[in-house]
Formats: sequence, structure tokens, C-alpha cells
Amino acid sequence: MLDDKDRIFTNLYGFEPHNLEYAKKRGDWDNTAALIKKGKEWIVEEMKKSSLRGRGGAGFPTGLKWSFMPDPEKTGKPHYLVVNADESEPGTCKDRDILRNDPHKLIEGCLIAGFAMGAHAAYIYIRGEFFNEGSAVVEAIEEAYAAGLLGKNAAGSGWDFDVYLHRGAGAYICGEETALLNSLEGLKGQPRNKPPFPAMAGLYACPTTVNNVETIAVAPTILRRGGGWFAGFGKDEKNTGTKLFCISGHVEQPCNVEEEMGIPLKELIEKHAGGVRGGWDNLLAIIPGGSSTPLLPKDICDTVLMDFDSLREVQSGLGTAGVIVMDKSTDIVYAIARLSQFYMHESCGQCTPCREGCGWLWRVMVRMVEGNATVEEIDMLLDVTKEMEGHTICALGDAAAWPVQGLIRHFRPEMEKRIMEYRKAAA
Amino acid sequence: MPKLTINGMEIEVEPGTSILQAAEQLGVEVPRFCYHDRLSVPANCRMCLVEVEGGPPKPVASCAMACGDDMVVHTDSEMAQKARKGVMEFQLINHPLDCPICDQGGECDLQDQAVAFGFDRSRYHESKNAVKNKNIGPLIKTVMTRCIQCTRCVRFGDEIAGMTELGLLHRGENVEIDTFVEKSISSELSGNMIDICPVGALTSSPYAFKARAWELTKTETIDVHDAVGSNIRVDSRGGEVMRVLPRLHEDVNEEWINDKTRFAYDGLKRNRLDRPWVRGEDGKLKEASWDDAFAAIAKKYKKKKKDKIAALAGDLVDVESVVALKDFLGTDNLECRIDGAQFDVSERGGYIFNSGIAGIEDADAILLVDTNPRHEGTLVNTRIRKKWLRDRVKIGVIGQAADLTYPYEHLGTSPQDLEKLIKAKGGFADVLKKAKNPMLIIGTGAFQRNDGAAVQYLAREAADKFSMVTKDWNGFNVLHNAASRVGALDVGFYSKDGFDLSKMSFVYLLGADDFNPEQISKKAFVVYQGHHGDVGAHRADVILPGAAYTEKDALYVNTEGRVQQARRAVYPPGEAREDWKILRALSEHAGKALPYDSQLQLRDRIAKEWAHLGKIDTLPSSGWKKFGKKDKLLGDDFKLPVEHFYLTNCIARSSHTMAECTKSFSKADTAISHAEAAE
Repeated sequence: MLDDKDRIFTNLYGFEPHNLEYAKKRGDWDNTAALIKKGKEWIVEEMKKSSLRGRGGAGFPTGLKWSFMPDPEKTGKPHYLVVNADESEPGTCKDRDILRNDPHKLIEGCLIAGFAMGAHAAYIYIRGEFFNEGSAVVEAIEEAYAAGLLGKNAAGSGWDFDVYLHRGAGAYICGEETALLNSLEGLKGQPRNKPPFPAMAGLYACPTTVNNVETIAVAPTILRRGGGWFAGFGKDEKNTGTKLFCISGHVEQPCNVEEEMGIPLKELIEKHAGGVRGGWDNLLAIIPGGSSTPLLPKDICDTVLMDFDSLREVQSGLGTAGVIVMDKSTDIVYAIARLSQFYMHESCGQCTPCREGCGWLWRVMVRMVEGNATVEEIDMLLDVTKEMEGHTICALGDAAAWPVQGLIRHFRPEMEKRIMEYRKAAA
Repeated sequence: MPKLTINGMEIEVEPGTSILQAAEQLGVEVPRFCYHDRLSVPANCRMCLVEVEGGPPKPVASCAMACGDDMVVHTDSEMAQKARKGVMEFQLINHPLDCPICDQGGECDLQDQAVAFGFDRSRYHESKNAVKNKNIGPLIKTVMTRCIQCTRCVRFGDEIAGMTELGLLHRGENVEIDTFVEKSISSELSGNMIDICPVGALTSSPYAFKARAWELTKTETIDVHDAVGSNIRVDSRGGEVMRVLPRLHEDVNEEWINDKTRFAYDGLKRNRLDRPWVRGEDGKLKEASWDDAFAAIAKKYKKKKKDKIAALAGDLVDVESVVALKDFLGTDNLECRIDGAQFDVSERGGYIFNSGIAGIEDADAILLVDTNPRHEGTLVNTRIRKKWLRDRVKIGVIGQAADLTYPYEHLGTSPQDLEKLIKAKGGFADVLKKAKNPMLIIGTGAFQRNDGAAVQYLAREAADKFSMVTKDWNGFNVLHNAASRVGALDVGFYSKDGFDLSKMSFVYLLGADDFNPEQISKKAFVVYQGHHGDVGAHRADVILPGAAYTEKDALYVNTEGRVQQARRAVYPPGEAREDWKILRALSEHAGKALPYDSQLQLRDRIAKEWAHLGKIDTLPSSGWKKFGKKDKLLGDDFKLPVEHFYLTNCIARSSHTMAECTKSFSKADTAISHAEAAE
């Protein structure tokens, strides 16, 4: 279990005010200028040393991502840092608590990350529903400006830096980085084709890096305490550091908690969430990383570690680390059908497989809930998810396909049983 | 230059070429719906997925992926095939599959590609989506349930037509193409959306349920509704023109045509002159035989002196008939500028579009003088917009300000403003001075005034001042709006010193409708030869029924001076005949038979005197000599020559569709009543 001294988010639960005064007491904005004076290369190098992987779900190494930004003198264009605070993945609420209770971590991170990639401006794109969280961030930004931590010569570092907050209008797809950029530009929130990647042509076709709130918020602490310190946590050299886990569903105490990467799933739930409702044996399945990751049945949950690669090995993923626990009272087919409905509703409708496939999945899933289907249709359903997966512009097609794939992979007998029962009842 | 392998074949391509384009160069067909070479690439249909070795283990959209060095691409591997089948199946699950009652049937991309790349049955047994049809005007019929949301029409509107009127509304499976507020598509290029729609969602409203693609005879010909000379294909069945489609010509119309070209064809079936008429003693027109009509003309013609004979050539006449008429009458009182334009035509370079329409793409500053190219030559405007969209070319306008679909600097409304610009320092004058290939486009409206030749002189002065004409660049352009004009001027069908029409006692109107017939003396004997009972025919004493542009093989010269050949798609109605033949027959009755018995001989005769008219589809350089007349300029503002875009000639005025368009788009009641009267 992570020691308190090793926690980055020391005010995750809002026991202290989120204002600048208290943030400074917690160690934020502590000689930020010194970090910046060490130079871009040092920052990127230190981030690479920490092996921090993007906390938004895809898990791309952050230091590497920052190093992709071209030299501003060569491009002759403004560079931008965009912070993705459009946290909408069902089961995920980690960014919400950062924004609410520790916004200065994020804003300091913006300055440092912005400097490292040659950006003079950061846009925080926040989910429209996060009204209070947005207000907390605005307060923090204003405090930072008033204290000279932002604006001209931000924090005395010699680097001019502005931070803007942009409120989204509540579309899940705008959490996809290029759809977010479109939305930020005032266009319809539809993902763009890649390449070109945002590092080449992002916001207003200028070099842009889009990072998750948590990724940016942990950066200052990593730099203060050293990449090696951060890399010292975790399972192996590719899955390092501490991570916020959001535990919800059928547990005694749903919570957000910062833990070491690679903690066993069972330990995570039992230590921090008070265990599964009715005891571990009452567990049916867990979605380990937000609604889009395939669920895991109990036998895998018994032993699996919570990190990117361990979860990939069991054909799921860490995603946003939104752990959704379902006990045996759950109608698992209905639960996944509900997710299918969510993705159908949130598909942007731009490209064919996702637009057409999400509705198809949901309609078949609704029938599967009652068992009003044939056994062959389970295979067909699986085939349809395979036709969606990897064929779309963005990952929403994959996200819609994976929960259904996970269900069929682990709960096919349950689905078949329902079909048989339905037929018996009909006959 | 990246070098890659596609299906085992090596190819080297220009940097930036997409995999799909490279495959096309190799003759490898990659199916697609949303991709169109002239539009931006959204890669949303996902039909063009191919496998690229070495990348992530998923197929890539070949239309959006640029070729890279040493790429190994498979368009037909198992992965690619499976991906395409999947996409095809998705495309079809919410498609109504109503091909038997769909006008796109037989020429539908979805149909063709479903056969080539899809499953042979559907696994989708849920209920299908239905989408409400949209009312977007009299030209485009919508069956939106058929739409596959490729957004080609949206991008066409945004990019080519320059009017953001359609959009993809809502999200997920509820997306639909719609105008944001219910309204008609007011672009005069809207018909092209029908062509680029890969399914039957947007089809031609006037053509709805009229014919099937495979039963039509296709004739490749030339359009005459404006002086651009768009290349078209006329689809006919029996003796009837069923529809008009564009044909590819990169230098003229690319693959677009305007709505008048496309939809005015129903005017070819109405109000036609299908037999000769002769005005009797009682002053009423009576049906007559060809012989009687010719005899009536010959009798009058022989009595008249040469200097009392005059002829006017209208906007739609071909080169052959103009030459035949000139040869027959032998008078100097000829005029093809019936719109009243006065300008010096002694130098060809002074009245044609010297740079060529494609030359617009090389221009880096454009000055428009008294022209609304949207109405006078829609495809010229499209080209300017294309240039603007690509390079944000600077554009200045002198004349009435209008919505041209691109931004411009309005520099004034009168010839004096052009004078000022020539003398000015800074501002747009600077833009023109600094430009490498500056261009001036002057509309014929600028010449339709008493100081026309002086305006022409002034324009030439501007061209000199801003070095618009250099060794390998000629940016002096006149934009005509009548298909016949340049050809008739080329063969000298004009009067050098002018003549007084009211003093003529024998007037031959060759398709001349767009002028005021009051100018002709009441006592004069008037012959009208043409295809529609329009203004000219009403005044005539003898009417000779001619052929419209779809009914004859003929030469036309467009505003660039490009000679193009129209071909006969259908026969003229009733007793109507091809125009040069009528003149040949008439000449025999009048006792001086013209020396050519076939069209070939006539074309020989033309090519002998005007060699450039013998060269089809070339752009000869016209040189740069003195033209125009230095004279006092009037203070009047410039006026635009085209008032009602959809009603510019007798075919369009007879067309119901064009009347509908006028009603929907320009709200000009007088113009409609005119069309209704013609009906």
C-alpha cells in the first residue's frame, strides 16, 4: 500500500481548501521557476525517466509525446497545450476530484508542460457538466494570475504563459483528442483523421499536445521529486508510478484513491473500497478501466494486477482506471446492453462502422437480455464487433465493441442459457 | 518521391499522393464513397480500407493516408477484404434497398460496390432507420433514407459552390444531411450535388421517374447557355432530350456545370418552331411549306439593295450558320452584338478570355470589372473560387457588388474608379503591381454603353499599367455571356461603323431574340430563323424553323476562343432543319447558290479563311496589339448584363424548371410572367 508521504494528490478528498494559499502549503508552486530554468531538455528527459504513461486511457509514454513537439523556431507557428478535462467515461471520476480539490497542481503542470513544448498558451477543455469543477479551475487561474504565476514572466520563470478554460457542451466524443480540438475551434465535435497527428497539425493546424488532466497534474511533483522517484513505484519499468483509481459499483465504500501502479485488483478493492458487497465470493465481474474496457470475470479478478500490460494480457485494459464492480445480483447482459446504448447515443455519426454498428449492437443486445435471439446470433454479434473494431477514425468504434466482446468472451454460457429459457417459455 | 509497392507492383509517386490515388495510377480499383478528387478528404465512409504492412494491425483508410517510402500495401488481402465487406454491410443495414424504384438505379456507386465488394445477403434483422425527406428546392429531389452520410454534398457546398447550406446534423445513427433552417439550395451549381451523390439520396427532380440510365443514348456535346462552353453529355431517348450531364474537361468546366445548363433542357420541348410560317395579306402568320417560305423571302430579297439589308445573329447560333448567312447576304450590315455592346473587335486579343479559364489558377491577383461571373460564366467563378480557396488570391471588383462566394475588395462602381485605380498608389493597385500574374476580367456589361470602346481602351491601359501581359502570360480577359459571340466576331459578323437598324427594309434575324425588336422599322420585311417562338419570331414576316444546340452538329467558340464541336443528340422537331442547310436551300431559291453542299465543305471554307477555327479544342495565342478607342468616359455606373440568371435565352425562357428556379431564387415576378407568357 502506498505510503501517505508518496502521494501526489494530497488533497484529493477536499479536506483542505483548493485555493492558492493551501495549495502552496501542500507544496505546489514551490519554486516553479527553478524547474523551468533547468530547460526543456531536462524536463522532457526527466519525464521520460519517470516512464509516466498518459493517464487518459491510451497509456502513451508522456515524455515521448512531449518530445514529438517540433522546434517552435522552425515551425514559425504558435504551439499549444490542450488539457483534456472532458472526463466522461462511465465509471471514471478521477479528474473531477483533481479539478475540484487540487486545481493548482493542474495549472502548475500546464505551465511546466507548456514550457517544455514551447507553448505560450494552454486550453483546458472541461466537460460542460463539470460546472463547479470548472468554477474551481477558473478561481485557481485567477489566483495564479493575481500572484504572477501566470501571464507575462509566469512565476518568475521568464516564460510568458496563459491558461484558458473552455467549457464543453457535454458530448462524450469531445473527449477524443481530435474531436476535442474541433470542438475547441468551434466546429462540430467529430474526430479528425490521423495522420497528421496533433503534434504536427493540431489546434488551428498548429503543433499541439493534448494531455489528460492527471498526466499534467502529476508532472510538477515528478520533476520536483525526480523521474527516478516516480519510476520507483509500479510493477516494472513500463508500468510505473502512482495512479488514481476510481472504484464504483457493488463495493462497500466507492472511492477515488491514489495507489501504486500494478496493485492487485483484489487488494485495491478490499483495502480501499471496503471489499465487494457481500464478500469477495459474491463478485461476478469487474470492468477494470472505465466502460470501454472488456469486463473480467471473478477468476481473473482474483489475481490480476492493475497496470497497463497486465490487464492487456487478460484482453482488457487499464483505460482510465475506472473500476466498476458488479456482484452476483447484476444482470450482466443488461449491464453491457446499457453500455451499448451509451455508445450508440454518443457516437458522432461521422464514419460508417461506428454510426451503423453501435445501433446494431444495441438492438441485438436488447434482445439478448431477454434471450429473444438465436445462438448463432451470438457469433454474429461477435463478428459485428470485429468489423467495427479498428475500422473507424477514432477509438469510439473500438470502445463500443470491446464491452460486448468481453461479455461474449466470458459470459457466453449465460447468454445461451437465456436464449434456451426464452425458447422454452415461448414453446 | 516516395516509392511503394501496391499489390506487388512498384510505383513512384509525387509526395503527398494518397495510397488510393497511387493505386488508381496503377489501375488498381479501391472502392470509395466519400472520397472525391475535387473535394476535401474526410475518410468517413471507411470503404477504401487497405492493409499496410508493418503498421498497426488494422487496415488504414487509403484515401487519407499519404504514400510513404517503402510502404507495402495490399488492397485485396484478407484483412482488406474483410474490412470492406464489413463496411459494405454497415452501409446497407439502414439503406432501404429500394433500387427498383430509385432513379440512381443502374448508375449507383452503392449498387455497384455492393455487388463487387459486399456480402450476398444481410444479417441485419432489426428495424431500419427512416429519415424525413427534405425540401431543398425545385431542382433536387431528396430521398434521405437512402443517404449514406458520405457528406460529399456538404463538402461540395462548402468548397466548390461556396455556400454552406447543407450540413450533417445530429449525431450517431440519427445523423442526417439537412439545411440548418428549411430552405432551398440557392447555389447555381446545386445540380452537381446530384452527380456527386453516390447513392439515390439526391436525384434530379425534373428527371424523376422519366427514364433508366441504360435506355438512354449518350451524346457528347457542348453547352450554349453561356460562353464558357461547358462540355456536356446529352442523354436522349427517342426524339427527346431526357437530361444533361457534365463531361470532364479540365481546362473548361472540370466536371461541373451550372443549373441552367443542366436543367433548361425542358425548354427544348416547349414553344418550338416546327414548321415555316409566312405572314399573309391579313397580317397574320400562316403555316407554309418550305418552298412557299423560301419563295416569299426570295421575292423580297431580290428587290432590296444591299445597303438596305441587315442581319442580326443571336446568342445561341453556331459558327457555320453565321458564315453561311454572311456569305448569302453579302451585306456589311451585320451584327452579332445584339446586346448593344460597343467595343473594338479589330483585334482578337481584345475580346477573348486570353489567359484561358484554367489560367485563373495561375493568377495571383484578379481584378473583376463590371462582371458577376456567377451569372455570366458560372464555371469561371467556380475557378476563381477554387483559386481563392487554395491560395487566398487577392480579388478586387469594380462594378456592382454582388455575392461572388469569395471575399473581394470593392473598388468602385464606375469607369472613373478604374481610372483612379490605374493612377493609385498603395491599396489594391499595389497588389496588382506586385503580382507576378495579375489578371483582369471584364464583363460585356462594361461595353453595353455608349462609351464601350473607351472603357475597353481603359481596360487595356490597366492591363498595360499593371503588366498583365508579358511574354508568357496574358491576363486580359473578356468574359462573354453568349455562346455565339466569339465565333461570330471571329468570322467578322459585325459592322465596323455601325448601321441604323430602323432604316433597313430587309432584316434577317438568325436566332436573334435578346434585343428590342422595336428598333426595326414597321415597314421592314423580317425573316426569323431559329428554334423558339420568342421575341424575334413575334416580329417576323417569315419564320424558318431551325435546330437547337442539341439537334445539330455545329462549331461553337467559347469566351476563351476555344473552338468546340457540338453534336446532334436528337433530330429537330417537325420540319425544322439544321440552320446552315436552311441557308443553303434559301440561297438556291434566291438564285445565288452557296458554294458548299455538305457541312464538311462549309467547314473547309471556314478553315480556309479563319485557320484557327479549323483547330478543335485548342487555345491559339492572340497576341497583344492596340485596341479600343481613347475617348471621353461617361460618368454612369457600370450595370451588370445578366439580370435574371435563369432566363437568359429563349430555351431557358421556355423552360418550366427555369421558371420555377426564378420563382424560388430571384423572386422576380416580371421575369416569371414573361416565361409564363412564352408558355
